[in-house]
Amino acid sequence: MKKDSTRAGFGRGLAKLGEKNKNVYALTADLGGSTNLTSFKKEFPERFVQVGVAEQNLVTVASGLAHIGKIPFATTFAVFSPGRTWEQIRTTICYNNQPVKICSTHSGLGVGEDGATHQMLEDLALMRSLPNMTVIQPCDGLEAEKAVEKIANHEKPVYFRLNRQKTSLLTNKKSSFEIGKANILKKGEHITLIGIGPVLVESLEAAKELEEEGLSVEVINMHTLKPLDKKTILKSINKTDLVITVEDHQVTGGLGSSVAEFLSQVKPTPMKMLGVEDTFGESGSFEELYDKYGLSKDKIKKSIKKFVEEA
Amino acid sequence: MKKKDLTKKCKDIRIKLLKTLNKAGSGHTAGPLGMTEVFTFLYNDFLKINPKKPKDPKRDYLILSNGHICPIQYVVMSDKGFFPEKELYTLRKLNSRLQGHPHREALPGLETTSGPLGSGLSQACGIALGLKRDNKKNKVVCLTSDGEHEEGNTWEAILFAAKYDLNNLIQIIDRNNIQIDGYTEDIMPLNSLSEKYKSFNWNVIEIDGNNIKQIEKALINADKKKTKPTVIIANTVPGKGVSFMENKYEWHGKVPNDEELKKALEELK
Ligand SMILES: Cc1ncc(C[n+]2csc(CCOP(=O)(O)OP(=O)(O)O)c2C)c(N)n1
Ligand SMILES: [Mg+2]
Repeated sequence: MKKDSTRAGFGRGLAKLGEKNKNVYALTADLGGSTNLTSFKKEFPERFVQVGVAEQNLVTVASGLAHIGKIPFATTFAVFSPGRTWEQIRTTICYNNQPVKICSTHSGLGVGEDGATHQMLEDLALMRSLPNMTVIQPCDGLEAEKAVEKIANHEKPVYFRLNRQKTSLLTNKKSSFEIGKANILKKGEHITLIGIGPVLVESLEAAKELEEEGLSVEVINMHTLKPLDKKTILKSINKTDLVITVEDHQVTGGLGSSVAEFLSQVKPTPMKMLGVEDTFGESGSFEELYDKYGLSKDKIKKSIKKFVEEA
Repeated sequence: MKKKDLTKKCKDIRIKLLKTLNKAGSGHTAGPLGMTEVFTFLYNDFLKINPKKPKDPKRDYLILSNGHICPIQYVVMSDKGFFPEKELYTLRKLNSRLQGHPHREALPGLETTSGPLGSGLSQACGIALGLKRDNKKNKVVCLTSDGEHEEGNTWEAILFAAKYDLNNLIQIIDRNNIQIDGYTEDIMPLNSLSEKYKSFNWNVIEIDGNNIKQIEKALINADKKKTKPTVIIANTVPGKGVSFMENKYEWHGKVPNDEELKKALEELK
C-alpha cells in the first residue's frame, strides 16, 4: 500500500498554493528540507525566508509579514515552535490576531530515533489554550495537502501539526476537508473512537478487526481539534454512549481533554483516553514506540475491549 | 598522553564512531568527526572526570550544548571506561542508554540533556556562577556550535558570562561553517565570531580545532586567565578524516551506509 507523510503532503500543497496566491510566504529556521519547503523555495525564492536557527525570530517575523497582508507559513519542528516560541505566538500572533500559520513537523512519538528531546507531546495543549488559535492535525498526506489552501483562506492564526513518519492513506482525492467539520472514517454502533493524526491508521485497523469479533466501533477523524466539532461528537455519542480518544500526545491537555471538557458539561459519558501518560518518549522506531506506549493497532484493540468489558 | 598516542587514539575513535553511526542507521556524522580531537583531548588530558565516580563533587563539568553531536561523546566516554564498547551499538535503539540526543538521566557521566540548540551555554553559566560564589575550583567547559549562535538564548548567555566575570568558564565553539540547510554564511551570516566575542568582553583564542597541539595550548592558556570568560573558537573540518564527507553540509544529518562505511574505513586505515 502507498505510504505518505503529512509533512510531504504539506510541502506539495504549499508549492501548489504558492502559484495561485502571491501573498503566500514560507519561512523556516534551518529546517527547510525537513519541513518540505524545497519545491516552494525553488519556485518562489522571492517569497521564501530563511531565518537560521532562531525560532523566536521565525514566528515574530511572520507576525510582521502578516501585518502587511502576507500569509506566512512559519515552519520548523514542533518541539522548537510552538515549544520555544509560545509567548511570542501568544502575544504577537494570537493577541494581535495575525493570520500566521504555525506549521510544525516532527510531532509526537512518531519522530522515532531522535528521541524524547525531539518528540513534541505537549503542543496541542499549548496551542489549544490560546484565544484566536485554530488547531488542526491531518491524518494523512492527502488530507494535509488539501488542508493547506483552506488554512491560507482561514483569516485566523492556525496551528498545523504535522508528522515525520510515512503512514497509509485514510482519505482519497474526493474526501472532503472542512475546518471544524470532523469526518467519520467508519460507522459503528457500540462505541465511539475519536482520533487525531496518523495514529488513526492504527485506530481504524483495530476497529476493523473488532468488527469481525462483533464489536462495532465508530471511528471519527477529528482533524480540527479547535474549534471542536461538537455536533458530530454528540450525534455519535447519542448512539453509542461510550467514547475512547486516541492521540500521539500527552493525554493531558490534548484531544482527550478537549472531548472530556465538552462532554462532562453537556452529556457525561464513560470515557477512556489513550495517549502518552505523563512521561517523556525515547529513541526507537516509531512502530516500536507506538507499541510500547499503547498506540499500536494491537494495543488500541486491547484497550477498547477492556474498556467495553468494564464499562 | 603523548601527542603520538593521542593521534593514534583519534584514528581509532573515528573508526568506532563510523561503525556506531552505521549500526544506528540514523543520526549525525559531520559534526562528530570534526570534533574528535577536541573530545579526545578533553577526556584524556584536560578534564578531571572519573568514570567510576561520575557525580564526584570535585569533578570538572562538561556541558554539551549541541547535543546532536553526542555520538562522538559516547564513543570517547566508552573508550574512557564509562560503559562497555559493545553498548555503542545500541545507539538510538529502543531501551538504550544512548539516546539519539543525550539525556542526563539515561547515562551516568552526562551533565545535561540537549538537542534543542542554544540552551547549553546558559546552563554552563549557572554552574560556573554557583561554583565561583562557593569559591570552588572545578572547571566548567561548554561545547557549542556555530549554528547555535543564531539562537537568541546563546547571546543572552554571552552577555551574562561577561557581566559575572565567569573566569572559570571555557566555551569551545565548533566553528565548522555548516548547519542543516547549508553553509552558515549563506543561511545566516555569523561573520567574525572572534570580533563579536571581543566586543562582548570575553577572552578569545582562535585555533585549528583538528590540531591537538593547538587544542592543548589553548586550554592551558584559557585555564590561566584570571578575569573574563574564555571562548576557544575551534575551526574544524566537518566530516574530518573521510574525504567524501569533509566540508559537505549534506553530511550534517545522515550516516554512512554499508558501502560508504567500507570506503571510509579504508581511508582511515
Ligand atoms: C532550537 C533548535 N532548532 C533547530 C534544531 C534543528 N537542528 C539540529 S542541528 C541543526 C544545525 C545547527 O548547526 P550546527 O550546530 O552548526 O550543526 P553542525 O555543524 O553539526 O552541522 C539544526 C538547525 C535544533 N536541534 N534545535
Ligand atoms: Mg556547524
